[in-house]
Amino acid sequence: MESLYLSIVLAPLLAAVIAGLAGRLVGRAGAHTVTILGVAVSFGLSVYVLLGLLDGSIQVYNDTVYVWGISDGVRMEVGFLVDRLSALMMTVVTFVSLMVHIYTIGYMKDDPGYQRFFSYISLFTFAMLMLVMSNNFLQLFFGWEAVGVVSYLLIGFWFKRPSAVHANLKAFLVNRVGDFGFLLGIAAVLYFTNSLDYQEVFAAAPALQGITIEVFDGHAWSALSLICILLFVGAMGKSAQVPLHVWLPDSMEGPTPISALIHAATMVTAGIFMVARMSPLFELSLTALSVVLVIGATTALFMGLLGLVQNDIKRVVAYSTLSQLGYMTVALGVSAHAAGIFHLMTHAFFKALLFLAAGSVIIAMHHEQDMRKMGGLRKYMPITYWTALIGSLALIGFPGSSGFFSKDAIIEAVHFASIPGAGYAYVCVLSGVFVTALYTFRMMFLVFHGKERMDAHTREHLRESPWVVTLPLILLAIPSVVIGWLTEETILFKNYFDGAIQVLPSHDVLAELGQHGTTPAYFLIHGLLAPPFLLAVAGVGLAWYLYLRRPEIPARLASRFAVPYRWLVNKYYFDDFNEKVLAPATRALGQRLWRTGDETLIDGAMVNGSARIVGWLSGAVSRVQTGYLYHYAFAMIIGLAAMLGWLLLES
Amino acid sequence: MEMPILSVVIWLPIIGGLLVLAAGERANAGRWLALGVAILTFVASIPLYTLFDATTAAMQFVERAPWIAAYKVEYYLGVDGISMPLILLTTFITVLVVIAGWEAIRESSSQYFASFLILEGMMNGVFASLDAMLFYVFWEAMLIPMFIIIGVWGGPRRVYATLKFFLYTFLGSVLMLVALIYMYLQSGSYEIAAFQALGMGMHEQILIFFAFLIAFAVKVPMWPVHTWLPDAHVEAPTGGSVILAAIMLKMGGYGFLRFSLPVTPDASMSLDWLVIGLSLIAVVYIGLVALVQADMKKLIAYSSIAHMGFVTLGFFLAYSIRVRTGSLSGGAMGLEGGMVQMISHGLISGAMFLCVGVLYDRVHSRQIADYGGVANTMPRFAALMVLFSLANAGLPGTSGFVGEFLVILASFKASFWYAFLAGTTLILGAAYTLWMVRRVLYGEVANDNVASLNDLNARELLVLGILALAVLLLGLWPAPLLEVMGPTLQQLLEQMVQSKL
Repeated sequence: MESLYLSIVLAPLLAAVIAGLAGRLVGRAGAHTVTILGVAVSFGLSVYVLLGLLDGSIQVYNDTVYVWGISDGVRMEVGFLVDRLSALMMTVVTFVSLMVHIYTIGYMKDDPGYQRFFSYISLFTFAMLMLVMSNNFLQLFFGWEAVGVVSYLLIGFWFKRPSAVHANLKAFLVNRVGDFGFLLGIAAVLYFTNSLDYQEVFAAAPALQGITIEVFDGHAWSALSLICILLFVGAMGKSAQVPLHVWLPDSMEGPTPISALIHAATMVTAGIFMVARMSPLFELSLTALSVVLVIGATTALFMGLLGLVQNDIKRVVAYSTLSQLGYMTVALGVSAHAAGIFHLMTHAFFKALLFLAAGSVIIAMHHEQDMRKMGGLRKYMPITYWTALIGSLALIGFPGSSGFFSKDAIIEAVHFASIPGAGYAYVCVLSGVFVTALYTFRMMFLVFHGKERMDAHTREHLRESPWVVTLPLILLAIPSVVIGWLTEETILFKNYFDGAIQVLPSHDVLAELGQHGTTPAYFLIHGLLAPPFLLAVAGVGLAWYLYLRRPEIPARLASRFAVPYRWLVNKYYFDDFNEKVLAPATRALGQRLWRTGDETLIDGAMVNGSARIVGWLSGAVSRVQTGYLYHYAFAMIIGLAAMLGWLLLES
Repeated sequence: MEMPILSVVIWLPIIGGLLVLAAGERANAGRWLALGVAILTFVASIPLYTLFDATTAAMQFVERAPWIAAYKVEYYLGVDGISMPLILLTTFITVLVVIAGWEAIRESSSQYFASFLILEGMMNGVFASLDAMLFYVFWEAMLIPMFIIIGVWGGPRRVYATLKFFLYTFLGSVLMLVALIYMYLQSGSYEIAAFQALGMGMHEQILIFFAFLIAFAVKVPMWPVHTWLPDAHVEAPTGGSVILAAIMLKMGGYGFLRFSLPVTPDASMSLDWLVIGLSLIAVVYIGLVALVQADMKKLIAYSSIAHMGFVTLGFFLAYSIRVRTGSLSGGAMGLEGGMVQMISHGLISGAMFLCVGVLYDRVHSRQIADYGGVANTMPRFAALMVLFSLANAGLPGTSGFVGEFLVILASFKASFWYAFLAGTTLILGAAYTLWMVRRVLYGEVANDNVASLNDLNARELLVLGILALAVLLLGLWPAPLLEVMGPTLQQLLEQMVQSKL
């Protein structure tokens, strides 16, 4: 089995190395062929593993590949844990990655960095697989940081653009803030359990209940809460939760295929996956779950609101990603981990679809991303339009679509939850539905319907994208429609995860939900009468009214409600705070420490100061050496007198 | 009789260096001879690893002969799991430095290469000496070639820099000499092992601890005796910077392991807060200072100080771990983390200085502001520099991660706040390194100098490529290194908590 799992991770790595180091040798076609083959192998084997785990022909695998190092008796290893949770993630990751690889042939066809791009996205696939397949914290952290680095390289792919290299540095640093917490969390895990292996840590977790640690003197904190909150800080960075969300909208500076793959479908969901994987720990800390819930709910609603005022098509989708990540986090907070992973999966399909559709529009518009210069594209790009519509319907949770099942499950789970923060979260996720529908269909109407607002030159060249672009759209649209129907009952209610995710019976909101009904048909009928559906319809209706029927109103609203509008346009001033307060203050502190601390105090006073004292002393001493005998004789007499005096006083 | 490997790695480069001097400036004779000697020395040092017995903490490859019988000074050599990796690092880096200086040095190049070879022999001598007087002789003699390297082939302010370098390190060592002589008078031997076994009262230990601390803190360098390093680096030629950062700074860390901890364990225990405090200041304060540097070499120099903070932090964690948890579990992890950090920093900082050297050879500027968009004209160079920068920022999978990871894990056992402050390096290290990368490599071509840059030539590619492989290998599989160090550090851990009172 080990060779099977090794092939899954190494195939994309090998492809990345070939495309990266021998890019000139294999040429453009060679680069995309080898990377697509690599990812296809991974995808095929992942599906094989998933099916095998489902029908029982393959057992859960948990073993070491090699010992990375033994330090102080702690074995640090590279190894795989392949259960139904990781197999699901592997399948989703490799499928979306495969689609994005194919799509890239079309999207990047004129780019001089073609081979480099394929090398990076294959490398990303490798890193992401290492992350989800890990059986220990060391490798988890490796994958965690490695996907971050590839993301850094890809956001800055067009490194000549100042905005791109600003965005990638920002993304890396904000993620590092999260990783800072994450690493401390791992250190805490080792401190309390003396192991980095998942199974050993999970086995030790129940014994940690009641154990406390004094971080501040006199305040005993629960060890498990500390561990979980620190780990969650890492998830907040990677999965862009408030206030560490600021990097994700800017990451749209990267080419669109990676926005779909990394910044929508896979990497940003690593935090969600991690918390679900750590469910045996999180379940034991109500405090941590409440923190997760409140942060997630805040992200779900307030990031969605920002999507309402964006004019860049990719940024609308980016804010919707933030908001949907918030929904997944909320699910984790109410212990509906299965619903969180379910939404992660459906979201991966429909959000990748929306991003790739946005990319298709961007190709047609000659890399114009401003929706105010689009409109009426429906008739020029029918495949893009229909697939984007499917993606949008899934995003707003239209009954029957994949997003409907997963989002409804989360909302219902919050409804049943009773942990602190659940009331607030319910309000957030419910109003979030309305907001989602509004910004999504604002985008659809502005881009595909209404007046054609592009210039004549662009309009002449408008046409549907080539098949390498539309084929992935279609292949992603299919699961966006059907995957919910097919898997809803299995994943949510039939113990799909089989121990990979653990939920305390007292927290099990999904089981409570399941008592009312579990089948897709039940959900559908129930959903047609429930508030989320009505809110979604209202949102679409309002979008239609504001952006098709009476397009002059939004501007009037903006000037009428200038203050809240400014807050939204300025993204609640998070960026301003970071860029105008935090960063300059840090640099000023560095400057002060350098100029005052190093140069004035240490060098000026101590080093050069002591050099001056030595200089002065030697000057003084040399003046004493006058060369006159009577001076020396005088000094000798004084000295003699002093010594005699001292001797006398002593005795 | 077996081959005296340690004598070979000490004297082969020294004698080779003298031969290179004798060869003079005749055509290429000097540099080819220098390369040959460097490679031979490296090859000669390989058996130190392959024949090393990783199951024992005892000294190996021991050579012993009387030297100055009247004072019982001996020519006494041997290596354990601490010194062996450092000797290999020295012989490895010296080969790369010789190759890197191939064309960069035009004036009296034979003397330049000879200096490096002689320096190499002396540095190996420091690591291999088991006799304190022999150690001290190498320790001081080592300053001379470095002094010459900076003073002759250095930049415009080289006189100020060399004086500062020499006075700082020399003054630091004088007190150490006093301490060594004192212990000789007490124990009747210059054997380092005798010092370690010598029983001493708290008062004596504290005085000796401070004598050592000053000597080693200057070398590491620790805050606040670090200001010689940025000046020395800025003025030193590329090769000098590489050796300085990669090997000479390690002398300080080595000293803590060989002398401070085992010789004065009680003083180390009662003053561990001082070393830990200074180390954490190095990580945070120096990290912030590095952020605002406009000169690439200064930036990397400050980054070196911050990274070396992890070394000293890791070494002194065991005491507070024992106080907090009642056990020593984690103490060895701190020691191992510090050691790995020393080796890794040798590779990464060496590579970073070589990268700056590559740019300096072409543009003759170290100022970040003089660059921009280098990736456009030097894509291969950019790829390698990004790799080393990420390693410098502690990316998992590179060697830069291993030491920091182990030290942070161990420091959590000592105190949450130690780990918290040490962990800020994740943010600060990434900030200062990648901000430099952004300003130097990325963006549009900034000026005509950058536009006319040529990418790495084969020689440069070879040097940086080898370092890149080493950085990745150590990052992906540090097990062999941890294995050879394990028993020695375990024994050291026992020594450092064994009270002498």
